Amino acid sequence: MENWSWLMDGSASTFGPTIDRLYLVILIITGVVFFATQGALIWLLIKYRHRAGHKAEYIHGNTRAEVIWTVIPFVIVLGIALASRGAWAQVKDPQNIPPNSLPVHVMASQFEWDVTYPGLDGQLETGDDFTVRNRMDVPADRPTHVILEAEDVIHSFFLPDFRVKQDAVPGMVMNVWFQPTRTGEFVIGCAELCGIGHTRMRGTLTVHSAADYQAWLNEQSQP
Amino acid sequence: MATTAVTAEQHAATAQHHHEPGFIRTYVFSTDHKMIAKQFLLASLFFLLVGGLLAAGIRWQLGFPGQPMPLIGGLFSDTTAPGGIILPEFYNALVTMHGTFMIFFAIMPLLVGVWGNYLIPLQIGAPDMAFPRLNMASFWISVPAGVIMLAGFFVQGGHAGAGWTAYAPLSSEPEYSGVYMGQILWLISLTILGFSSLAGAVNYITTVINMRAPGMTWFRLPLPVWALFVTSWLVLLAIPILTGGLIMLLFDQTIGTGFFSAATDGEPLLWQHVFWYFGHPEVYILILPAMGLVSEVIANRSRKPIFGYHAMVLAIIAIAFLGWVVWGHHMFQSGMNPLLGTTFMITTIIIAVPSAIKVFNWLGTLWRGDLHFDVPMLNALSFVSMFVIGGLSGIFMASAPVDIFIHDTYYIVAHIHYVLFGGSLFGIFAAITYWFPKMFGRIFSPVLGKVHFWLTFVSYNLVFFPMHTIGLRGHMRRIYDPNQYEFLQPLQPINTFITIAAFVLIATQLIFAFAFFWSMYKGEKAPRNPWKANTLEWTAAPTPPPHLNFPGGAPVVYRGPYEYSWPGSTDDFLPQDLPPDRVSRTPIPSEPSPMSTGD
Repeated sequence: MENWSWLMDGSASTFGPTIDRLYLVILIITGVVFFATQGALIWLLIKYRHRAGHKAEYIHGNTRAEVIWTVIPFVIVLGIALASRGAWAQVKDPQNIPPNSLPVHVMASQFEWDVTYPGLDGQLETGDDFTVRNRMDVPADRPTHVILEAEDVIHSFFLPDFRVKQDAVPGMVMNVWFQPTRTGEFVIGCAELCGIGHTRMRGTLTVHSAADYQAWLNEQSQP
Repeated sequence: MATTAVTAEQHAATAQHHHEPGFIRTYVFSTDHKMIAKQFLLASLFFLLVGGLLAAGIRWQLGFPGQPMPLIGGLFSDTTAPGGIILPEFYNALVTMHGTFMIFFAIMPLLVGVWGNYLIPLQIGAPDMAFPRLNMASFWISVPAGVIMLAGFFVQGGHAGAGWTAYAPLSSEPEYSGVYMGQILWLISLTILGFSSLAGAVNYITTVINMRAPGMTWFRLPLPVWALFVTSWLVLLAIPILTGGLIMLLFDQTIGTGFFSAATDGEPLLWQHVFWYFGHPEVYILILPAMGLVSEVIANRSRKPIFGYHAMVLAIIAIAFLGWVVWGHHMFQSGMNPLLGTTFMITTIIIAVPSAIKVFNWLGTLWRGDLHFDVPMLNALSFVSMFVIGGLSGIFMASAPVDIFIHDTYYIVAHIHYVLFGGSLFGIFAAITYWFPKMFGRIFSPVLGKVHFWLTFVSYNLVFFPMHTIGLRGHMRRIYDPNQYEFLQPLQPINTFITIAAFVLIATQLIFAFAFFWSMYKGEKAPRNPWKANTLEWTAAPTPPPHLNFPGGAPVVYRGPYEYSWPGSTDDFLPQDLPPDRVSRTPIPSEPSPMSTGD
C-alpha cells in the first residue's frame, strides 16, 4: 500500500534528501500536534458531555494559558521557517547554481518541452546546438543548469523525483538546476494548467552514466 | 438615495408611521435585512448545488476517465461531452467554474451575505442596516452577476477554462485557450459581483460602528459580529484590487492592451500579484465569519463563557492584518525573486499562531463545560477538528522548499478543501441549523440534521483525506487524465474510490436540502429562545422578528454575550438585556460578578 504512504518516494537529486528531511520534521511536528489536539478534543467531548445534574463551570479564560499557547506555537513555526531558509536558497537562488553545470535550454510551449543542447562544444547558442522534443538526457556526474523559458502561456517544469518545480513564464528566463544522484528514467511533468492539452504535456528525463552520456551526445551530434 | 446612517432611536421613531409593505416590497425588493439574508441564503445554496454538480463532473472524469457519464450523459452537447464523455476543454471549464461558483457565489455569500445581513442588526440591537436600500441593491446586483456567470456555459467556445485563478496569458489571450466569450462573461460577472460585496461591506461596517444598542460596547459584541465586522474591512479593501485586475484582464481580452502579455512587454506575473494580493485576504474572508459563528455555537452548547474572549477578538484582528502580507506564498514557484520567497515564508508561517490561539480557546471553552451534542454543535465541533487538519497541512506548504514538491499537486487540493469545506462549510451548516428557529420559527429537524451531519462528516473525509497522499505521490491538480502519466497510473484505484465517496457526499447534501424545506414548513414550532442563548436576537426580539426587529425600541445591554452558568443565578444563562435587578439570584454571591463584565 505504498500509494497511501505519508512519505514521498525516494528522491534522485542531491538536494532531494534535504527537502525530504524538512518535510519529515514538519510531518513529525504536525503529527504530534494533530494527535494531541484531536485526542484532547475527543477526551473533552466524552468527559464533559451533558449528564443530568452536571453543570458547566463559569470560567472566562486564563491569561497564563493564552501566553503559553501563543508563545510555544510561535517559536515552533518560526523555527520551521528559519530552518527552511537554507534549502530554499540552495535550490532557488541563482547564485547557488554550480559553475560546472551543463547548460541546457528548455522552451515550454503548448504542449511540449523543447530541449536544446550545447552540442560537443559545451556552449549554447553556437552552430552545433541541437534540439530534442519531450526528452531530456543528462549526465550523472555533473549538475545540469536548465535555462527555462515559455513561448505562449505559463507552464511549470516539474521533476517530482528531483524535487524540482519551476514555472516557466513568457518573457522571463528562469534558472533551474539539479544534480542527479542515480541513473535511470524519470518523468517531466507540467504542473501549471496551460490549456486543453495540459494533461499530455509530459516528457522523459534520462540520467546517463558519464560514458553513456558522451556516447549519446556523439550520436546526436552526427550531421 | 437619502441613505444616511440613522440612530436606532430615529429609526424606531419612524416605525410609528410605518405601513406594512406589499408582497413585492416584502419578498422581492425588500429593504428588510432579514429578508435580504434569506434571499442570499436561497441564492447561495442554489449555487452551492451548482458547484457540487460541477465537482461531480470533475470526479467522474478522474474516477472513470474517458467513460460516458451515466444517466445524464446524453444531455450534453458535442462541444462539451459528446455521448457523455467529457472533453478536455469542458473539463477545464468544470474545474474553473467549480472553484468560481463555490468561492464567489456559494461560500462568500453564505458567510458574509447571509450572516452579515441576518445577525449584525439583530445581535447589536439595531432595527435594520444603516443603508437599507443599498442593502437591497447589494443582493439585486449579485443576481445579474450569477445569471451572467451561468450563461457562460452556453456560449460558443465554452466557459472560462483558465482556473478560478485565471492566470494570464492563458486567460487573456483566446488563441491559447480557445475560449473567448466565456472568459469575458467570467470577468464581467465578477466585476459586477464586486459591487455587491462592496455595498454589503460598507453597510456592515457603518452599522456596527453607528447602530449598536445602548450598552453594547465593543467588547460586549458577540463574536460573529466581530468576525463579520473585521471581514467587512477585508472585503472593502480587497475587492477593489480584484476589480482593477479584472478590468485590466478584460481589456487584454477585448482590445488587446497587453497588460499581462509578454509579447507586448506586459508582465504575466503582474496578474498573479494583483490576484493574490486580493486572493489571500479573500481566503480569510472565507473563514473568519465561520470562526465567529462557530464560537457562538460552541459557547452556547457548552453552556460556558467563550474561553479567552479578548484573545479571540485579537486573533481575528491579527489574522486580518497578517492576511495582507502573505500573498507571495501562492507564488513561491512562479519565478518571483527567491529572496521574496524567504520573506513570505516567514510571514505566512506566523499566521499559524493566531489560528492556533483560536483552536486552543475553543478547546478551552469545551473544558469543564456541559456539552450538548445538537446538530449545530456537531457541525461546529467538526469545524474545529477539520480546521486543525487544514491548518496543519498549511504548514507544509508554508515551508517554501517543501512547497516545491507539493505546489500544484492534490496536496493543495486537500488543504483548501479541509479549510473551505471542513472549515467554512461545516461552520455554515452549524449556523444554519442554529439560527434556523430564529429565521423560520421552527426547529431544524434534529433527526435529519444528524443523519446529514454524520454522512457528510464520513464521506467528506473519505473524499479529501486520500488527496493528501496522492499529492505526495506527485499527482498534479487540474489534469484531465492522470493516466497519461505512467507514474500516476497506480493511483487510479484511489481516484475511483474518491469519486465514489464524492458521489455519496454530494447525494448527502440532498438530505440537507430536503431537511431545510421540510423543517421550514413541518418542523417543530420553536420556542422564543430554544438554545437558552444570551444574545439579543433571542432575548429581545420576537420570533420571527418583525420589520425593524425590536418592537419596544432598542434593547439596553448590561453585559457580555457569553455569561453562561454564572453560579450567582438559578438559570444557566444571563441574557445581555436582562436588567441586573431581575436576575433570579441564588444565595451564593461569592463569585466574581458578571453584572459589569465584558467591557
